[in-house]
Amino acid sequence: MKWYYVIISVLALGIGLSASIMRESGYQVGDYATDFSLESVNGEMVSLADYEEAKGFIVVFTCNTCPYAKMYEQRIIKLHKAYAEQGYPVVAINPNCPERSPGDSMSEMQNRSKNKNYPFAYLQDKSQETSRTYGATNTPQVYLLNKEEKGKLKIAYIGTIDNNYKDATKADVHYVQDAVDALIAGEKIPQTKTKAIGCTIKWKMT
Amino acid sequence: MRQSLAILILLFSFHMLLAQDIPTYKFTDLERKISKESAEKTLVLNFWATWCAPCIKELPYFESLHQEGEDLDVKVLLVSLDMAKDKAEKFVEKKQLQSEVVYLDEVDFNAWINKISPDWSGAIPATLFVKPGGKQMFYEGQFTKEELYDKVKSFSYQND
Repeated sequence: MKWYYVIISVLALGIGLSASIMRESGYQVGDYATDFSLESVNGEMVSLADYEEAKGFIVVFTCNTCPYAKMYEQRIIKLHKAYAEQGYPVVAINPNCPERSPGDSMSEMQNRSKNKNYPFAYLQDKSQETSRTYGATNTPQVYLLNKEEKGKLKIAYIGTIDNNYKDATKADVHYVQDAVDALIAGEKIPQTKTKAIGCTIKWKMT
Repeated sequence: MRQSLAILILLFSFHMLLAQDIPTYKFTDLERKISKESAEKTLVLNFWATWCAPCIKELPYFESLHQEGEDLDVKVLLVSLDMAKDKAEKFVEKKQLQSEVVYLDEVDFNAWINKISPDWSGAIPATLFVKPGGKQMFYEGQFTKEELYDKVKSFSYQND
């Protein structure tokens, strides 16, 4: 009888371990992203599949409260304005747990989106499952997705927006812009992975 | 009138003396500092900022590590990633931080994050431990006091 328990617990441990490893690593460039259904500041549930015309997405994990997210806010708006019509809209996801970060509650998100005239969808990842699946670590962080045949979404770029967080006018490498331009032109993306200092995502206390 | 002005100036200069001046570093300066400070002791390098709540929570543990540095043979270096240096300076003065603090003046994060550790996502707080001989250990996230001390001890005393 005992060996039975041993096998069960070894199996359970294995499943647990692989689940936790997958959770830690998240997506890499070249992986296919899963769609989600998240509540927007308008009260609607939004999925990537809703954007039938889109050729891809600039998914940005961002929030109301992080100073870096605020510094990049206008740049995120600009990205949407430049690329939505060309088929690559911004979809912004707030990954923070509002209990831990009250400034990131749905009503605060609604205020910010209204005051700053967000032209893009601003979604709350209440369960944080999407942020976990994508492997988002800090805000702001971009995942550029490119639509392939049958609507599959391949991750083309992960990282930061440009190379000068303090002053957009002094940035001379625009990673996201360059990546989207390359996708549109059917060229190779110059840099597919970058890193930036950012605010840790406020995960739910477990 | 003249006298009160003199007193004001005196008070002001005294204040300037007390106010912590934090040196401004470029990343190459930080690299030099890391190799210098880790030559004889274990260097504990913590990346923080005044706006980062989890960083502020764990700072007292680094302070106490600094105070016990002699016994433990460690050196604590706090690297501020604040957007403006005066924010860090005011904070250091208000909290009377005793550990050495430097301000990292770099706007292109992607150029140096991997040089600290390829395992670093870019989220702070983050801490790098460097031993004499150059061996490094990296940790991303917030420490409890116990966790920090355990890490330092297991890292410093572990045989290479």
